[in-house]
Amino acid sequence: MFLLQASTTALFDTADLKLIAPEIILSLCACVALVMEVVLPHRLSRWTGYFALGAAALAAVSVVALGWPMLSGEGSTTLGFYGTVKVDGFAVVFKLIFLLAAALTVAVSLRYLDVEGEQRGEYYALVLFATVGMMFLASGYDLIVLYISLELMALTFYVLVGYTKRERRSNEAGMKYFLLGAFSSGILLYGMSLLFGVAKSTNLGDIGPAVAAAASTAQELGGLSLRPMVVLAMIALGAGLFFKIAAVPFHMWAPDAYEGAPTPVTAFLSTGSKAASFALLARIFLEALGGMRVDWAPLLGLVAAVTIMVGNWAAVTQTNAKRLLAYSSISNAGYLLLGVIAANEYGYVGLVVYLVVYTFMNIGAFGVIIALRRRGIAGDEVDDLTGLGQKAPGIALMMAIFMLSLGGLPVTGGFIGKWFLFGGLIQRGAAEGKSWYYWLVAWAAFNTVVSFFYYVRFIRAMYIGDREADARPLSLSAPLRTALVACAAFVILIGVYPQPFIKAAGAVAGALASGALALR
Amino acid sequence: MKIPYLLSIITWLPALGAIIILFLFRKGREGAIKRFATAWFGLDFLVSLALLSYDRGVGGFQFLEDCEWIPIIGARYQMGADGVAVLLILLTTLLGWIASLSSWEYIQKREKEYYVLLLLLQASVLGVFCAADLFLFFLFFEVSLVPMYFLIGIWGGERRLYAAIKFFLYTLVGSVGLLLGLIKMYFLTQDATLLAAVTPATKALVAGVGNDAALALLNGSLAEAAAGGTGTFNIMAMQALGSVIPMGSMQVLLFFAFAIGFAIKVPMWPFHTWLPDAHVEAPTAGSVVLAGILLKLGTYGFYRFNLPFFPKASIDQTYFWGGAFGVRNVMVVLAIISIIYGALAAMYFVVKRDGDVKKLVAYSSVSSMGIVMLGLFSLNPNGLNGAVLHMINHGIYSAALFLLVGIIYERRHTRAVDQFGGLSHVMPGYAAVFLAMAMTAIGLPLLCVFISEFLAMRGAFEANPWWAGWAALGIILNAGYMLWLYQRMFFGNIDNPKNEALRDLKGREWAYMTPLLVMSLWIGVYPKPFIDFIQKPVAAIVKHVRPDYPVTPAAPRAPQTAEKR
Repeated sequence: MFLLQASTTALFDTADLKLIAPEIILSLCACVALVMEVVLPHRLSRWTGYFALGAAALAAVSVVALGWPMLSGEGSTTLGFYGTVKVDGFAVVFKLIFLLAAALTVAVSLRYLDVEGEQRGEYYALVLFATVGMMFLASGYDLIVLYISLELMALTFYVLVGYTKRERRSNEAGMKYFLLGAFSSGILLYGMSLLFGVAKSTNLGDIGPAVAAAASTAQELGGLSLRPMVVLAMIALGAGLFFKIAAVPFHMWAPDAYEGAPTPVTAFLSTGSKAASFALLARIFLEALGGMRVDWAPLLGLVAAVTIMVGNWAAVTQTNAKRLLAYSSISNAGYLLLGVIAANEYGYVGLVVYLVVYTFMNIGAFGVIIALRRRGIAGDEVDDLTGLGQKAPGIALMMAIFMLSLGGLPVTGGFIGKWFLFGGLIQRGAAEGKSWYYWLVAWAAFNTVVSFFYYVRFIRAMYIGDREADARPLSLSAPLRTALVACAAFVILIGVYPQPFIKAAGAVAGALASGALALR
Repeated sequence: MKIPYLLSIITWLPALGAIIILFLFRKGREGAIKRFATAWFGLDFLVSLALLSYDRGVGGFQFLEDCEWIPIIGARYQMGADGVAVLLILLTTLLGWIASLSSWEYIQKREKEYYVLLLLLQASVLGVFCAADLFLFFLFFEVSLVPMYFLIGIWGGERRLYAAIKFFLYTLVGSVGLLLGLIKMYFLTQDATLLAAVTPATKALVAGVGNDAALALLNGSLAEAAAGGTGTFNIMAMQALGSVIPMGSMQVLLFFAFAIGFAIKVPMWPFHTWLPDAHVEAPTAGSVVLAGILLKLGTYGFYRFNLPFFPKASIDQTYFWGGAFGVRNVMVVLAIISIIYGALAAMYFVVKRDGDVKKLVAYSSVSSMGIVMLGLFSLNPNGLNGAVLHMINHGIYSAALFLLVGIIYERRHTRAVDQFGGLSHVMPGYAAVFLAMAMTAIGLPLLCVFISEFLAMRGAFEANPWWAGWAALGIILNAGYMLWLYQRMFFGNIDNPKNEALRDLKGREWAYMTPLLVMSLWIGVYPKPFIDFIQKPVAAIVKHVRPDYPVTPAAPRAPQTAEKR
């Protein structure tokens, strides 16, 4: 409806362009990166990578400049483009997470692509375009915008997963990811169309009250209750989103895609793409479907419980490090869902802090695996880490930190994230007086012990025993080393002094609590 | 009070030592590294002696430190130690030095990493005893797992990988329960109505009557919790809050959430199965720290958290099965089973032809820790005094026994009982020390365990004569297997030619056995100074759990009974 109005008057208010300045910067830089690939001689392709790093930094500066009021706690939400773009604390914090993930990914990619012999500028352009998609996903407030940005992100990822075209595993992974991804996008779109049918609008702000009314069967259409329709929409949206975040039972693509994709892309897929999907999931479930929390909370609870279990127990038997981390990433999707289920301040803070920490520790872990990739050595088996504690003590120590943090040991950031996720659920259980929240949190907590079993396997391989997997030095470059050190430092920093991070995450909580309807 | 930040210094000194070794010593210089590490442990022990200035007449938490940390969740860097913690800290620093000295020859590979990990383990365990903030406590409690995992996993015996991961995961299961209970307990401190219900008398009791500094800290924490709505992790505040949480399913569930975390650490039957594996595979120093200190984290947890946080559940005898038995009965039954089962299992390893002596000592630890638990849940001054003193004593004699087993293992590379016999002929000094420690373990009068077992049993008897009766059965079994073991190893003729040329104790071995012998005799002959440290805090806890119990702090009962014997 807003768009119809738009055609009669001015197309949009030019002042709104300011709201998407970071996205514009990033899109332009991505185009420049494409041109650079054509203009620069092949041996200078790495410069495109450094350019992409600069682009991410520039975009981050612009996000912070735009969102400083939200970050510093005096939250002011701005809607633009006829309500289709919403810049609030939620969007700002998530955009920063995406840019962080993108920058770290580029940093760990530079050397890897050399080793693979695939150093081309278009790779960096694709990473930037995917980031643009993610950023619109965080600030989109309209089903159409959300869907288009989701597809922008997904399409670039289909290409990135199959990027090493001479590698058969990569091709297979790209194809699988594309087929299943397209299928799930279809389901998601179907759910969106049902929402449009109920609310007669694509704007989340209109959909929220309409769904709340329809879910409580107060509203009828031609003598028929609308409730079945919104429930069906909820299930369809849920199915599509569960695929994107790799939650059970829609997780089957993840191990294959993660194992086959180039390792930096796996890292980006498991952090940036996952964070973006969670941003979408939070927007849809908390804002569009906020009125039917009673219906979706048990559904998400069940999915989270099963996801945590399947991810952790399946990871136990894996020998390939990338595949193992894929299952770990599945289980972590389950943990992150706890924050959405809790849907209170603690839960939101947990969701965001855990996503930030997860970005650091997961890219860090994949970065170590990248350092193990040398000419002639794939380096992605757990066994390839054997004796790393003797050969490269610094790298081994950082890997140990990432693994302990993934498990959630105190003093690492993973613990702080889990603390808030579990705490949010316990608070919700006390507020609603329902015992299943307690069972869920106990189940999730118990499964962290299982997860330690396989995380510790990395540590065991690195430190225990006197054998070394091979004598060749690791393939490290300055950007990779810097990225690893930064990841480890932040994982420890968030674990020891989380105060500023919790505070920033509070911006998200504030945005969701004020934007979401009828949460309580 | 004379040294500012004393507890922080004691806690972080070993960590500093680890960093120094890590960066300033090259890998090849094993001799320098082990000398430096041992000297550093000795330095930490000397510094910790300053804790003897603990004001025994006042009680409560002393040497307080308070610093802002994560205000948004109310966690603060708060340190403080009461008399019980002071004794445990001293025990830890002493055993740390001994563990380091005993590893000079036992550890033959990757020395640098070994001493770094030993120092880190020491720092985390000391942090557990020094923390006055539950969040901080939990951090140290969890982190202590990591160095121990490496100590078992890298320098352990044949099945070290299995033992290390079993130790790690088993303890983590307990920690997870503890974590959930802790989160819930923290949320309770955000409850303004509960906070308002805490009486000034309770606050004064928790802080220690006359201990103004602790009371100020407690009031500050409570005020901050009430004002900001952020809650607090201050242990005293939570203890005070414990008196007003109504009895019901929440109190019981919270009790068991905490109890599972500590019971696995203690370990109580049926959660003990990790212990024999961990002990058998761990290097000697690992066993010393494990038995001497890490097990105390569990009983210390019960003493510090379970009893005062959940006083109504701790004393409860009617909650389950329509009033037939309660939470306290569950804990006591588990304690008694631990005592008897541990003793029987230990006896099995004497009877078995190739029984492992280390396994025997490990099971005797299960039995001993059962006595501690029984004493704690007697919930009277004698029982608690005995339990706390038994923690110290167990730290002394089990550490000594593990060291002795380690000494013979270094010489013979076996620990099977049937490999030995007539050792008193070739190693008279060793035999004498072993005898002294075996007698300590049995509870011979004039040696330390007698005092603590007597007090714990007397406390149990006051609570319920049957409990004391069952526990006495376990203690008799203890004497049985220890004497039997001694007979099989040391008496008779040397029937194994490999034992003929064994060397007696060396100077270094005497050096680390002597302090333990002295302590055993000292506590056994004159326990008053030690009981003075723990008496006030213990009386406060009894008063907190059982407000109607006739405790007269002015006329100490426990030392008198001990002296009379």
